Amino acid sequence: MRRFALIAVPYLWLLALFLVPFLIVFKISLSDTALAIPPYTPTIKDGISALIAELDFENFTFLASDDLYWKAYLSSLRIALISTILTLIVGYPIAYGMARAPEEWRATLMMLVILPFWTSFLIRVYAWMGILSNEGLLNQLLMWTGVVAEPLQILNTNTAVYIGIVYTYLPFMILPIYAALDRLDESLNEAAEDLGCSRMQAFWLVTIPLSRNGIVAGSFLVFIPALGEFVIPSLLGGSGTLMIGKVLWEEFFNNRDWPVASAVAVILLLILIIPIILFQRNQQKQAEAEQ
Amino acid sequence: MSQTVFAPWNDPDEKPLIRFQNVTKKFGEFVAIDDLSLDIYAQEFFALLGPSGCGKTTMMRMLAGFESPTSGRIELAGQDIAPVPPNKRAVNMMFQSYALFPHLSVWDNIAFGLRRDKMSKDAIEARVAEMLKLTRLEKFARRKPHQISGGQRQRVALARSLAKAPKLLLLDEPLGALDKKLRQDTQFELMDIQESTGTTFVIVTHDQEEAMTVASRVAVMDEGRVIQVATPAEIYEAPNSVYVADFIGDVNIIEARTKAVGEDKYHLDWAEGQAPLTAASAKSFSADQKAHLAIRPEKIRISTERPEDAPNALQGKVLDIAYLGNLSTYHVELPGGQVIKAQTANTRRIARRDITWEDPVWISWSATAGVLLAE
Repeated sequence: MRRFALIAVPYLWLLALFLVPFLIVFKISLSDTALAIPPYTPTIKDGISALIAELDFENFTFLASDDLYWKAYLSSLRIALISTILTLIVGYPIAYGMARAPEEWRATLMMLVILPFWTSFLIRVYAWMGILSNEGLLNQLLMWTGVVAEPLQILNTNTAVYIGIVYTYLPFMILPIYAALDRLDESLNEAAEDLGCSRMQAFWLVTIPLSRNGIVAGSFLVFIPALGEFVIPSLLGGSGTLMIGKVLWEEFFNNRDWPVASAVAVILLLILIIPIILFQRNQQKQAEAEQ
Repeated sequence: MSQTVFAPWNDPDEKPLIRFQNVTKKFGEFVAIDDLSLDIYAQEFFALLGPSGCGKTTMMRMLAGFESPTSGRIELAGQDIAPVPPNKRAVNMMFQSYALFPHLSVWDNIAFGLRRDKMSKDAIEARVAEMLKLTRLEKFARRKPHQISGGQRQRVALARSLAKAPKLLLLDEPLGALDKKLRQDTQFELMDIQESTGTTFVIVTHDQEEAMTVASRVAVMDEGRVIQVATPAEIYEAPNSVYVADFIGDVNIIEARTKAVGEDKYHLDWAEGQAPLTAASAKSFSADQKAHLAIRPEKIRISTERPEDAPNALQGKVLDIAYLGNLSTYHVELPGGQVIKAQTANTRRIARRDITWEDPVWISWSATAGVLLAE
């Protein structure tokens, strides 16, 4: 009974704060826009039968017909994918270094990885604006050292978005890979060398396959939030940066078209479900392998 | 009956396979190996025996190439191996943790080293099959390491390290993780495999029984030095120091002062008011030199009556009896308070044992039963 109560609390929480809002959003996505408060019709005031009769999939067909939306989805997927790969390239060596560091250093190194979470995410992204802008710290440094004559245009480009995403989500990549590498028995690498592998071969044949689960987990933890990312592209990206999170925001607040915005959100969620399921399966497989 | 005894260490013309020459290894300030010289011959089953921290694992890791000596020289078949990285040495190691690759099947684990040698597919398959047969693992080839038992994993590790037919196989506490019964069976298996493959084995162990069982020669180590290198029988019967005598098996040590009486024969004054003991020794001792007489418990006889012919006989009282089933060890307290252990085979049923606690008894041994040691 107590166990049931313990499980019930988070499930009720999820039900109230995820499933119910989702159903509301889904309902709005099936409605029509209207000059009213709230800005859509029908509402529950029209009675249940009228409500159900007037709902339709018009907004979804609209999304399919206007290429802005599917281009935004594709562009988001591309940006999320590239940033995930970049985060992996940056994060893996850091995790590897941490796992190979002397025992007494590891807690400190772990602390340093988590440290940025102590400051608001928004403030850290604003700080990047200060670094990347034309008069920013990076350009000042580059011009002072004479590497470039003219300031580089980094802010308001996709490059800035990649920098922002890699920076923000790096800990989510490092931690699962570190966990996998930390458990790796050093004698496995020695055994590989003993059997004729060079250091590099041992890394590819032993270390990488045995940290695969960490790599997969970290990649999903970066890819899933990056796909719907709104703050980073709107603050660091330019007008050319097309991401679905930004489109969503504009539909809601600029066009005041709640039904279309809701439809965009529902499709985004459907797209996200695929990697989330894959991620779950990876976690499950890992748990099974450890038994 | 003529039989050639395998003893290349007695042949001055024989070239050793491995030669440690004044090897020292330091980790920071800590001296792990202290100016050590040692020869190991081809086809030997050589055991490095010692307590943990005596440097035996460091020696093995230097042979495998994971550590390099701070000074001195290690030769393999006449070649200095210092510049050769581990992956280029004709040496394979069986790790204490087995270090099987968990993501590969038993078959792929065994094939791992062969694949690095760019062997043809058929040759790899034939060699793996041979190794599986040797270690009786044919049925488990497709399993992953976590799907087989500890004893099977141990055999996979052995098969994997033997697959490349190394000149030298290093075994780091290979049987440490097995239970006693399985360990004994596996010891004999190891010996069979060593004999049939003709590979030189160097085994590291802290288990003296294991070293005695499997090895052709044993090196007893302590604090980075080799104390004695000899065959198991010599180590047991003729230890060169109290340390070795005490480390291998059970022993009684009696401290005494020597007095020569005739050739190779000494009288030992060991306690005031007691008749001197008699001991034979090939090693010479000066008059009134301090010495230790080491006698194995099974070489001491225990009886209720004073034995007539024994050159050494002492009276005492039974303090304790350790019953081991096949053997019994009697702890006999001498009048001076010293306790001597005497061991006898239980040839009679226990109900018919005529010696029990608190009984006055006589213990006796011959002049050649003990070994006289200077230190």
